[in-house]
Amino acid sequence: MSELPFDPAASAVLEVENIHKRFGGNDVLKGVSLSANCGDVISILGSSGSGKSTFLRCINYLETPDRGRVLLRGEEVRTKTMKTGGLVPADQRQLARLRARIGFVFQSFNLWPHLTVLENVVEAPIHVSKVSRKEAHERAEAMLHRVGLGDRMGHYPAHLSGGQQQRAAIARALVMEPEVILFDEPTSALDPELVNEVLQVIRSLAEEGRTMLIVTHEMGFAREVSNWIMFLHEGKVEEQGSPEKIFNHAESDRVRQFMASHVH
Amino acid sequence: MQWDVVIAMVPRLAQGALLTLNLLFLSGAIGLCLAVPMALARVSRRRGLSLIPRVYVFFFRGTPLLVQLFLVYYGLGQFEAVRESFLWPVLYNAYWCAVLTFSMHTAAYITEILRGAIQAVPAGEVEAARAIGMRPMQVYARIVLPRAFRIALPAYGNELILMLKASALASTITLLDLTGTARTLYAKNYMPVESFVTAGAFYLIITFVLTRVIAFLEKRLHPERKEPVVIVG
Repeated sequence: MSELPFDPAASAVLEVENIHKRFGGNDVLKGVSLSANCGDVISILGSSGSGKSTFLRCINYLETPDRGRVLLRGEEVRTKTMKTGGLVPADQRQLARLRARIGFVFQSFNLWPHLTVLENVVEAPIHVSKVSRKEAHERAEAMLHRVGLGDRMGHYPAHLSGGQQQRAAIARALVMEPEVILFDEPTSALDPELVNEVLQVIRSLAEEGRTMLIVTHEMGFAREVSNWIMFLHEGKVEEQGSPEKIFNHAESDRVRQFMASHVH
Repeated sequence: MQWDVVIAMVPRLAQGALLTLNLLFLSGAIGLCLAVPMALARVSRRRGLSLIPRVYVFFFRGTPLLVQLFLVYYGLGQFEAVRESFLWPVLYNAYWCAVLTFSMHTAAYITEILRGAIQAVPAGEVEAARAIGMRPMQVYARIVLPRAFRIALPAYGNELILMLKASALASTITLLDLTGTARTLYAKNYMPVESFVTAGAFYLIITFVLTRVIAFLEKRLHPERKEPVVIVG
């Protein structure tokens, strides 16, 4: 346990243990673990193909890991082992319940195009959390104002810019009051001039003390916003530590090289 | 063309058109109800479950509607079990035989249309639904099916129009639909051009109205297409 970033005695919001994932004949993740305490902002860096996104997707079982455990506030996602060896979620209801407490923001936003921005945001509070329509609308409207889309609530996603769509997607995740939010390259699909408005929203969430895991290529942002950096290489943790350590005094040559070529 | 003959035929053909529309909408609705569960079974990852609609579609798409209609209308009565069952009063009736056959036939096509539409719902939208905590049934009910119906609508409209014309086969089992009425009129007046041109005009009008209704529904169900799509950056 000595290499784990946090005092194991402190109660972790999210614990991810020894995740393995294989696609075809390709070992994408070879035993990655992570633990996030309340208020942690952890950035996951690495070159493309290092398994960052797959790792994030394994946390809420959008990909089912072949091995490993995921615990949210100590509650483990129950799985059973298939005949072929991999895992499958044992209880879809439990998985859905845990997913509702884990926000997920996609690279490609994935808003539902047939619903307005407001309808996108109230969907889960009404149908997953089962709060009243009135309360769902109040919460959704407050959240959309928060991300700066107060004047776009009746618009359809197709009528918004990428940056606005991603902010709507963040509001959709936030309205569920998730205990941890996972960001999967939230700005990679955006034009450069739209990146900042999204980063600004994520930054404000960090300042609020929200627990977040962020897969990103925005090095400056990762450095500024995170209190912990995990660097993945070929499905393993190459190195992890404080931003100061990873960005300035990395032990691994690979990390140093990566930083030299990505930080300007 | 003798226009007085044409005009004299209109009321009877209009009655026939009512039966045609009745057959079309009833079988279209029943077919849709049958097709939804079959399409869901068809995209299921359980092979046993997806096999049922596969076999169903294979048979109903692979044989002529006329053959199916004759099988139901003339064939079922051969079986004593059918004749003695409580269903006989229904199956004895040409109208219900047509409704049953058309429903099952169009269900096969709608199943395939819906299957394609379900598979065309972008994976990311489905993932977003799962990630936010919807259970598998909710993901289907709230996101996948509403999206799939919208995607399927133009193809479904096309299938309705095909069924409109296929429903002319009802005339072969004694029903006085549009085509059946036109044949009866022709048998009396010996004026094939007047009889069938007028019947054809009725079909054209129905098709025209159907396409307008489908286009209207498409507009209603895709409000996001109303304004021009503005892509900023």
